[in-house]
Amino acid sequence: MRVKVLMGNTAVAEAVRMAGVEVISAYPITPQTIIVERIAEMVERGELKARYVRVESEHSALAVVYGASASGARVFTATSSHGLLYMYEMLWWVANSRLPVVMAVVTRAIGPPWNIHSDHQDALTVRDAGWIIGFASSVEEAFDMTLQAYRVGEDRRVLLPVMVALDGFTLSHTCEPVRLPEESEVRGWLPPREPLPFKLEPGSYFAVGNLGPDEVTMELRWYIWRAMERAKHVIREVSADYARRFDRSVHGLIEGFRVEDAKYLVVLAGAWSGDAMEAVDMLRDEGYPVGLVRLRYVRPFPVEELRELASSVRAVLVVDRAVSMGHMGVIAGDLVSAVRGKVTVKNVIAGLGGVDVSPDDFKTMIKGFIEEYESGALDSWFYTEWYMPWVRRG
Amino acid sequence: MGSVYEPVDLEREALEDLKAFVDKLLSKPAPGSAGPTGTWRLYKPVIDSVKCIRCGICWLYCPDDVINWAPRELPVVDYIYCKGCGICSNVCPVKAIDMVLEGE
Repeated sequence: MRVKVLMGNTAVAEAVRMAGVEVISAYPITPQTIIVERIAEMVERGELKARYVRVESEHSALAVVYGASASGARVFTATSSHGLLYMYEMLWWVANSRLPVVMAVVTRAIGPPWNIHSDHQDALTVRDAGWIIGFASSVEEAFDMTLQAYRVGEDRRVLLPVMVALDGFTLSHTCEPVRLPEESEVRGWLPPREPLPFKLEPGSYFAVGNLGPDEVTMELRWYIWRAMERAKHVIREVSADYARRFDRSVHGLIEGFRVEDAKYLVVLAGAWSGDAMEAVDMLRDEGYPVGLVRLRYVRPFPVEELRELASSVRAVLVVDRAVSMGHMGVIAGDLVSAVRGKVTVKNVIAGLGGVDVSPDDFKTMIKGFIEEYESGALDSWFYTEWYMPWVRRG
Repeated sequence: MGSVYEPVDLEREALEDLKAFVDKLLSKPAPGSAGPTGTWRLYKPVIDSVKCIRCGICWLYCPDDVINWAPRELPVVDYIYCKGCGICSNVCPVKAIDMVLEGE
């Protein structure tokens, strides 16, 4: 184990190299990131023995790794914001074929207006397709999650594609120390891919996803549903095993921060969790009994963990960086259905379009939420508010 | 934390699921795997055995492989599966294949 200072982009590329990925395909122009540039350099220098396929669109990038994965190769692609949306159709083909493709998504806002900064709308908008979706909160975790994505996605009990989301700029272009395991250790932990669920090769005569009876469409989705349920267990198991092997403290579907004896919980995902943790520390110093839950995975959604934690608190504040228009924040909507009315939930939408949310902003939000609850002002059991302190109304 | 799925059963359940999933997702070439597609047909290709020069071009072009032909023999259309697309009629160099409205 050695410590290196790496950018998020480079850390993901390092994980791809150590995983021994065999086929990479990427669209090289905006909104692409340096992840695929680093990998291209590795392939060029011969540090990674892989086929690198440059294509004309993100739709094609995912189509290429879809085909390569169907032939049994370990594959990787990366994209961001509009690029991810352009892949949308292929996301479903990959998921519905249960191919363990791994993709890094550097989360960035969707236009208009053009905006290259981080919010979570891109990754959360595609959450229903059948991909496992994890959110990293540090450069090291982006590295860890990418490696774990292969073990989880390729596990016989799962066989689903995995998306590793890392916040644009705050993780992708920020340098942080990363404890890098030796490549040989990683190879020992991550076995080569088995060619499952099927292998396309010369001489094998079959079509994937040919026209079929309507019932087959429904049954195939049901198998994905079950694989996703099993993935909860496999993610807990694989990440715990990784944590033991490589000396990491965080594993599982969620990370709890000062949740013991908490009466209020803040729930969120992604890089800004660190800022929210600082706010929680400050509020604890002031005597507020508040804790924080960071979702490491939003698909599968950590229903069991959240239900257990929410049952012992008075109220939950979900801070969302993505909105489901006409309803509420994306994570808040999921959480409300997971806790089923057992606890009061407030939802705050913040940081869209990369608007900076500082520890002090989180402190204001959390304090306001606790005061509202204690004064009885949170009269309905859930509602949504937009945090835009720069907007003056009335 | 408990999930509806107990770890002990995961492996077995997953393998059963996988077998069933692959069986439904993949399809192998076989005659009429989508049923008797001849019922989709509106126009029926009818080969005039006098005009036909036994060249086999209709056999070569048929997208559904429903024309049976051997060199120097008269091609025979399998009406159980022929969808009546009319490509054979179009490519026939001697106009020996008429498309006849079904039921006439």
